[in-house]
Amino acid sequence: MHSPKGLSWHPRIVSSVKEELEVVAPSKLSIDSVSKTFKGGRSGDVHALDQVSLKVGEGEFVCLVGASGCGKSTLLNIIAGLEKPDSGAVMADGKPIAGPGRERLVMFQEAALFPWLDVMGNVLFGLKLKPGLQKKDRLDVARYYLELVGLSRFERANIHELSGGMKQRVALARALAPNPRVLLMDEPFAALDALTREQLYGDIQRIWKARKKTIVFVTHNVREAACLGDRVVLFSPHPGRVQEEFVVDLPRPRDINSVDLAGYASRITRSLKGFTKPEVEVGE
Amino acid sequence: MKRFLSATAFFGGLIVLWQLLYDAHIWSPVLVPSPGSVATYLKEATADGTLLESTVITIKRLLIGYLIGIVGGLPLGLLTARWGLLSDTVGTMSLGLQTLPSTCWIPLALLWFGQTEAAMLFVVIMGTLWSVGIATDTGVRNVPPIYRRAAMTMGSKNLHLWLKVILPASLPFVVSGMKQGWAFAWRSLMAAEIYVTILTGFGLGQLLHFGREQQAMEQVIGVMIIIVVIGLLADKIFFSPIEKFLYRRWGTSSQ
Repeated sequence: MHSPKGLSWHPRIVSSVKEELEVVAPSKLSIDSVSKTFKGGRSGDVHALDQVSLKVGEGEFVCLVGASGCGKSTLLNIIAGLEKPDSGAVMADGKPIAGPGRERLVMFQEAALFPWLDVMGNVLFGLKLKPGLQKKDRLDVARYYLELVGLSRFERANIHELSGGMKQRVALARALAPNPRVLLMDEPFAALDALTREQLYGDIQRIWKARKKTIVFVTHNVREAACLGDRVVLFSPHPGRVQEEFVVDLPRPRDINSVDLAGYASRITRSLKGFTKPEVEVGE
Repeated sequence: MKRFLSATAFFGGLIVLWQLLYDAHIWSPVLVPSPGSVATYLKEATADGTLLESTVITIKRLLIGYLIGIVGGLPLGLLTARWGLLSDTVGTMSLGLQTLPSTCWIPLALLWFGQTEAAMLFVVIMGTLWSVGIATDTGVRNVPPIYRRAAMTMGSKNLHLWLKVILPASLPFVVSGMKQGWAFAWRSLMAAEIYVTILTGFGLGQLLHFGREQQAMEQVIGVMIIIVVIGLLADKIFFSPIEKFLYRRWGTSSQ
């Protein structure tokens, strides 16, 4: 519907599938003393973020952990460009983030898939907004990512026919398809059962390795954070602040049930308990 | 096939029952004509073209008015859902006019437009417009904000966001509004045709009215059957496929 046929003489937007599927350089994120207050809530103003600074390296997998209300999702939304900070600067590759853009795509807790489109339609949604792709190219790109998340057979399925885990896989394919530099994940596996989650831990590590994205992953599950992150950043609530950082130095792919991982997780948990009320889920 | 057979058997049974009641001579044949006489009327009226002509006139009034109502109602609903000022003003007015039974527009339409097509169209449009507008407004307000956010991160904004995300997301509401608008439009058009002689063409309602004036019960019943069939066909041809699509995609019924 949006194929820019009339513009095909323009050399800049001629693009092939191969080009489209090339691994793009991941972004470097820099968050500098960002504060955010939500005004006029039922319980007065909510001080979601207070002078939060954080650097995320190119292609790094960073997990943000903390109790609910620690502002970690707010920070993710700010990086996505869906919300604006009251003060402070958020930069991607040295440029300030002005609004949402397909360089930084988000995966939400609820899959947020569009029920009026089938699986293929959902994965194509972001691709159709990308200039310079022909219809056939878009289909090929979408198929590549559906294959990557293991859902090739479900191209024509309706969203309500999928299980929770499959929905999140489609959401992952949809987020990956426009080839963003950054993937922002807001508790994407929180609503899934433990078995499905374990599968997805494997998949996300494999895909991260294959597609080289910078990933910021929000969770309240410490073990999940230790399993996925190069670095785990701990937040304290009311107001949201960065308290501590852990570098997880374990070989990949990591198994959520490994003993070494449990060691990391319990250290992180102990630290987290030092500054939060026990609201945090401590592994399974 | 089985469903077709059971439906045929049912309606066949109804006709037999009707014939039996007629044969029992409980009521005067002027009040309860035989199925045969109704069939004869339908056959004759079809043969001389009056039935077809009236059906075409009625359906034309209905379709044109209905389409104008939808084309106006959709943007109306989108606008009132988008801007608070419009919601408080035009939105409130729409709600008020939607509660007004659309037959109530007939006197006003006649005074404004006279006994013309415009009056008929006006009544049909008033039946459709407000229902579609309000359903669209409700639909848009019920779109989960996360769809909008997800779409925005993928680069959707402005018109694209409205046409490709918000409108389709509110489709279940819009369709039920369209169905309600159809019902209102159809009923008020029939009322208008029965009570007002429109000089520019005799619709089915007028045929019904002439049947009463001539005490021709077979004509009254015959035309009523045609009106029922049109309603059924509209449902089966137009709404049923859309509702099936909604059901298949959303996994829920739109009702």
